[in-house]
Amino acid sequence: MPTVSVKRDLLFHALGRTYTDEEFDELCFEFGLELDEITSEKDIISREQGDTKAEGASDVILYKIDVPANRYDLLCLEGLVRGLQVFKQKMEAPRYRRVSPASSEPQRLVITEETTAVRPHAVAAVLRNITFTQERYDSFIELQEKLHQNVCRKRTLVAIGTHDLDTISGPFTYTAKPPGDIRFKPLNQAKEYTAQELMSLYKTDSHLRHYLHIIEDEAVYPVIYDSNGIVLSMPPIINGDHSKISLNTKNVFIECTATDLTKAKIVLDMMVTMFCEYCEEPFTVEEAEVVYPDGRTCQYPVLYPLTITLHESTEHIAQLLTKMCLRSEVMSDGEQIEVEIPPTRSDVIHACDIMEDAAMAYGFNNIPRTTPRTYTIANQLPLNKLSELLRQDLAAAGFTEALTFALCSQEDIADKLLKNISETRACRISNPKTAEFQVARTTLLSGLLKTVAANRKMPLPLRLFEISDVVLKDESKDVGARNNRRLCAVYYNKSPGFEVIHGLMDRVMQLLEIKPGQGNGYHIQAADDSTFFPGRCAEIFACGKSIGRLGVLHPDVINRFELTMPCSALDIDIEHFL
Amino acid sequence: MADTGLVETLLRRVEKVDGGLDSQDVATSLGVDHQAIVGAVKSLLALGDVISADQRSSKHWELTGEGCEIAEQGSHEARVVSSIPEEGMPQSQLMKLAFGKVGFSKAMSNKWIRLDKGHEGGPRIFKTVEHLEDLVRDKLLLVQKGQASQLEEKEKNELKKRKLLSEVTVKSYWITKGSCFSTTITKQETELTPEMIASGSWKEKKFKPYNFEALGVAPDCGHLHPLMKVRTQFRQIFLEMGFTEMPTNNFIESSFWNFDSLFQPQQHPARDQHDTFFLSGEQLGVSVYKYDWKIEEAQKNILRTHTTAVSARMLYKLAQQEKFTPVKYFSIDRVFRNETLDATHLAEFHQIEGVVADYGLTLGDLMGILHQFFNKLGITKLRFKPAYNPYTEPSMEVFSYHEGLKKWVEVGNSGMFRPEMLLPMGLPEGVTVIAWGLSLERPTMIKYGINNIRELVGHKVNLQMVYDSPVCRLDS
Repeated sequence: MPTVSVKRDLLFHALGRTYTDEEFDELCFEFGLELDEITSEKDIISREQGDTKAEGASDVILYKIDVPANRYDLLCLEGLVRGLQVFKQKMEAPRYRRVSPASSEPQRLVITEETTAVRPHAVAAVLRNITFTQERYDSFIELQEKLHQNVCRKRTLVAIGTHDLDTISGPFTYTAKPPGDIRFKPLNQAKEYTAQELMSLYKTDSHLRHYLHIIEDEAVYPVIYDSNGIVLSMPPIINGDHSKISLNTKNVFIECTATDLTKAKIVLDMMVTMFCEYCEEPFTVEEAEVVYPDGRTCQYPVLYPLTITLHESTEHIAQLLTKMCLRSEVMSDGEQIEVEIPPTRSDVIHACDIMEDAAMAYGFNNIPRTTPRTYTIANQLPLNKLSELLRQDLAAAGFTEALTFALCSQEDIADKLLKNISETRACRISNPKTAEFQVARTTLLSGLLKTVAANRKMPLPLRLFEISDVVLKDESKDVGARNNRRLCAVYYNKSPGFEVIHGLMDRVMQLLEIKPGQGNGYHIQAADDSTFFPGRCAEIFACGKSIGRLGVLHPDVINRFELTMPCSALDIDIEHFL
Repeated sequence: MADTGLVETLLRRVEKVDGGLDSQDVATSLGVDHQAIVGAVKSLLALGDVISADQRSSKHWELTGEGCEIAEQGSHEARVVSSIPEEGMPQSQLMKLAFGKVGFSKAMSNKWIRLDKGHEGGPRIFKTVEHLEDLVRDKLLLVQKGQASQLEEKEKNELKKRKLLSEVTVKSYWITKGSCFSTTITKQETELTPEMIASGSWKEKKFKPYNFEALGVAPDCGHLHPLMKVRTQFRQIFLEMGFTEMPTNNFIESSFWNFDSLFQPQQHPARDQHDTFFLSGEQLGVSVYKYDWKIEEAQKNILRTHTTAVSARMLYKLAQQEKFTPVKYFSIDRVFRNETLDATHLAEFHQIEGVVADYGLTLGDLMGILHQFFNKLGITKLRFKPAYNPYTEPSMEVFSYHEGLKKWVEVGNSGMFRPEMLLPMGLPEGVTVIAWGLSLERPTMIKYGINNIRELVGHKVNLQMVYDSPVCRLDS
């Protein structure tokens, strides 16, 4: 969930009134936002770097507001204010218009064939006669950063470039060149670099180094030139210094290059709709023409409202929707509502999205709560029912329940149990952050032994059990693996206590109504298992099938789990008893 | 038990007196240490009402070490006078005596001696009296004889100031006969035995009283894990509400069921390597988002990030039925997130999920059913905040009013499944599905007052906490 931080007083000024923190929190709640934190720059610096660093920093109150991940239109002060003002019926939802330049041809961005290999899409638009103030300018820069982090997926999908149009001259060319052939002075640098040099320069840049991988290994890098060969930007890494915007910039050329055209259109719409209110003619955006390699042309930004027809009839719903920046009109038949979705609301894709907005405008908490009349009979999952019943009786038998992780290191289920990983049928995780999460467990035993190790200070004996799932490779399943419900118990004391764990096994069989004996009964017979002390391990058979093992653990296993006392263990598959 | 001989001697003494006697006096007259008498009193008290003893304390004056010396040899000043011969003594010589300094100044102020500073050969001291009354010694001797009461308070305090006397508090018992007084002691039995029951001898025996202040012996038993106890209660609540348990015993899921079927586009941040555990090895096997959907992406196997993947499978199965029947499903099982770990987050946790599918379910129904569910948990004040979730629309976060924290806290998430998810599965038009979810760990940590999740879940569990945890009654 993205967080937007806005200056409180600036926000209240724009909203035309002040709120107490509680009142504003309440307003956010109704509107689906969350007032996450009330802080100041000074607070933030002093918390992160200490009080001395914070001295002199601004103590203007900041509101940090959590915005739903799909509401890109609320990522800046301008959008937040517009949304809230319309919601409180203080203003009408603006209608955004795309206009042609008054006296000349529209700006053109020509895409060449070479871009196909690396970053094939580009869109553009112009904000004409805009007036920046320091706050507006900061917000403009901040919105680009927020969009880059969210919808642009850290610039992989879309990268935004904004330029002072009066420093460059169209038509512009979006092409791709070998890195050695690109040479320009990048933003805030004193001299020119080739693209290659830039990549190594930014290797140590705390911000830009995160984006280098996007094009680093490509044969050609994307680049935008103006008609005089001036570099506007090398997306998605850096803009040129020449065309950078400033507080005095009057005309802004915005380009978005992308690997995903839909997202590029959304991002461009967001940039222009949020800031066109500062243009001489508010809520208008000057179009730009994009020329494709095949000669086709397209005008941007799209800005066309989407129209969705709702099969709901009341005037009231139409009013509610209007509160959410969705202009709505009851159609002549009185049965349907036509809803105009502004370009700012890219999150609206279906009638149900509109109904959510209607519910929000009405207030979720004003909707009467009803009980569905759905009549159903409850059923337990047989496997869980059996597990629940056995858990109760194992505790009654004097064993304490452990709850261990389903993920563990490869060592836990193999080396430490004196097994070879290849015989475990373990599913391996390809992207673990730490060695604790290398595999899904194939046995509950290692978790129990780790629990004993972490509780060595407790009085002996320790009697532990767990009934839970392990994961085994299984080619017959659609995902190539299946869970297996196991019952595992350990007895840890000064003597191995094989008879104790054997007694527990007898008790489990008694609970499952299986009598001792061959055939339909249960019996144990000596078995070899590297985890157990030689001659002290038996395989358990029930109804003719092998269901598990019990025995005294091998001293090396005890050592490897950093234990010091003898230990016996029981491990059975309870799925046989369903 | 104290020395039996002493106990019996004590009893005989008590028998002889009418009123009672002081333990201190008994000790003095028997010539034994007072503590031995106290031991005898205590053991008699443990036998019941043989004697009764009231503790009392008395103050009396005692000589200090220096006081004893003076009582024996006379006060410093008296000794100074007696050590000076007729012809006098040089001051320097007098000062060398142990009692010289103090005795000199006291004797001077009593005018018992005089100092001739101008004497040839240095200052010299001469007696001025032949006979003197050593009052200090006399007073101390009185105290030593136990006749301190003959002295005035002022005198005693003055001697105390000179560190010759000190006032001591003595604790003693005033011993009188009890209601069952006897000079012979019967040994008390500690426990009832089968023999006593058989022979009836218990009727004559005296039994040692129990100490009801002590704790009992902890039963030798096993314990269920607190998180699992809470799980059992949640399961019970769902069953009471007519919900059927879903088969969630498949930790490994395909990206298709975990993401695609739930309308999470392939570029969705949740599908990042950073948030999801992907499985290694070979892979097995609706475009409103307007992107190129890749089957390989959908086939990637992962550790499920939510149990909603199972709900999706169940809804698909439901859609394959010849005729749709309304269902209520629930599950409580593990899910996995490749996230940064801290005191409240682990890479795996338990998700609680409830799903209802029927014709014409409304947002009001969802809120109504959530009310009933949370009521059973003892949570009555609920409110709902609009939220975003890729597969539900509307989506609502559920907040409850926490009486302790005096604020609204998030307790779960809920919503109505999107039609884009339901229709491709083949569910009939008009069927709506409402669902909600929450984590099992959070309510458990609140219930059992645990701050660090590692003390609750995983091998670093504190077993003592498991042993000590009470039963789980969520509504109380």
